[in-house]
Amino acid sequence: MELILDTLGLAKSAELLSLSPPGWGGNLLRGLANSLQIAFGAFGFGLLIGLFGASGKLYGGVVIRDLLAIYTTVIRAVPELVLILILYYVGTDLINQAASAMGYGRVEISGVVAGIWVLGIVQGAYATEVLRGAIQAIPHGQIEAARAFGMPPFMLMRRVTIPAMMSYATPGLANLWLIATKDTALLAIVGFSELTLETRQAASSTRAYFTFFLAAGALYMIVTLFSGAVFGRIEKWARRGQPSLRGAGK
Amino acid sequence: MTTPDMMAREKQAQAEETEAIRVTDLHKSFGTLEVLKGVSLTAHKGDVVAIIGGSGSGKSTFLRCINFLETPSSGQIVINGEEVLMRPDGTPVKRRQIERIRTRLGMVFQAFNLWTHRTLLENVIEVPVHVLKVPRAKAIERAQALLERVGLGDRADTFPSYLSGGQQQRAAIARALAVDPSVMLFDEPTSALDPELVGEVLTVIRDLAAEGRTMLLVTHEMKFAREVATHVVYLFEGRIEEQGPPDEVFGNPKSARLQQFLKTVG
Repeated sequence: MELILDTLGLAKSAELLSLSPPGWGGNLLRGLANSLQIAFGAFGFGLLIGLFGASGKLYGGVVIRDLLAIYTTVIRAVPELVLILILYYVGTDLINQAASAMGYGRVEISGVVAGIWVLGIVQGAYATEVLRGAIQAIPHGQIEAARAFGMPPFMLMRRVTIPAMMSYATPGLANLWLIATKDTALLAIVGFSELTLETRQAASSTRAYFTFFLAAGALYMIVTLFSGAVFGRIEKWARRGQPSLRGAGK
Repeated sequence: MTTPDMMAREKQAQAEETEAIRVTDLHKSFGTLEVLKGVSLTAHKGDVVAIIGGSGSGKSTFLRCINFLETPSSGQIVINGEEVLMRPDGTPVKRRQIERIRTRLGMVFQAFNLWTHRTLLENVIEVPVHVLKVPRAKAIERAQALLERVGLGDRADTFPSYLSGGQQQRAAIARALAVDPSVMLFDEPTSALDPELVGEVLTVIRDLAAEGRTMLLVTHEMKFAREVATHVVYLFEGRIEEQGPPDEVFGNPKSARLQQFLKTVG
């Protein structure tokens, strides 16, 4: 192994990337773990917002529909980097003001929680539209049949609407998840030590920019490939019962 | 001592006991378009009521108003002696009452409307298990028997999209039977089928009529209606133009419109 690395002239890089100090590999992996944690939380939070948002847009009253229209329009109109700055600083400021108003001192806001909130609100706007489209794509008769047999609204949502819309929603949600994993890099701007910030620190400390950014790229790539496989399985499950377009049978 | 008044009341009570559905003066408007202009209809237990009429006559709307898939504009609906509580604008007062009544009305749609992400067996047990809380094992046993009955016993684990229209509609009938409905509502059950598949579905419905199921059947199949119905209702522009026993309605139609209609549908 060492021989191979030596002959390829990669011994230095391997040393830099080693998991234990003085190598920076451990830092990179910690950054990746933070990134994934935020992406996961933000995606889940976004899905929750999206589910309520889509229901509100489709079945809600005028006020709810208007409020949701403002939410999705504003969030999707403003660049994510700007939104992160606004939501992060405004959010922490508001919490601190509320805390001092109630007689507590400054509150230290965890980067992970802040990241999940900020990205979750952004994801929620996109998820609302993805899920709204998916719900509208369900043949209306299937929902009507459930109503005709006396299913209460919440059960109908759980047993019919959500499973029936999954096949339409999965490709869009897979996109959203991948965007979430990469949007975590934007949190570097507020000083959160996710993968990109860790990489930059490692690179600028060692001057080995090429090595570290290539390594970070590879890590993002691995996440994407793995996600692709997982979503492939989810989509296969969601499309059960629907003949393949290629006509290959089940 | 019995007074005539008491006798009349007793007679009415008896009539109510055998009543499955009583609809009184049902109106339904979509915006300014009045689709139903006061339809009254009573179906007793064991009746097979065929509702016929041209397109736009309001026959499907009438059927859909009975289980509140459409909200009536006004009128009264009594199902198994229980009146559906409606506000003056026709919206139901209690959602739960509607849901409970709906579980007693097995509906079969023109477009089948099976849940495509579930197998036939899952389709049939869905409502019994989740809405009626029947133990799963029991529901499966019963569903299997129902699928056998409609000739789909060997297709229980197939998804609807892999079946013909006739098979899907038979499965939809099994799904409706699974709730052991007191009344079955058929909304043009054969209109979406290829001609050669109509027969297999009619056979199943005929079979149900023969065992004394109460059914309301909106249909374009005149021969079939004459054969299975105990009572035929002809709707024209939102009103009952003529009704009676099938031999009367088809054999000796009185209204000119019905004569014209029967001539055109052949």
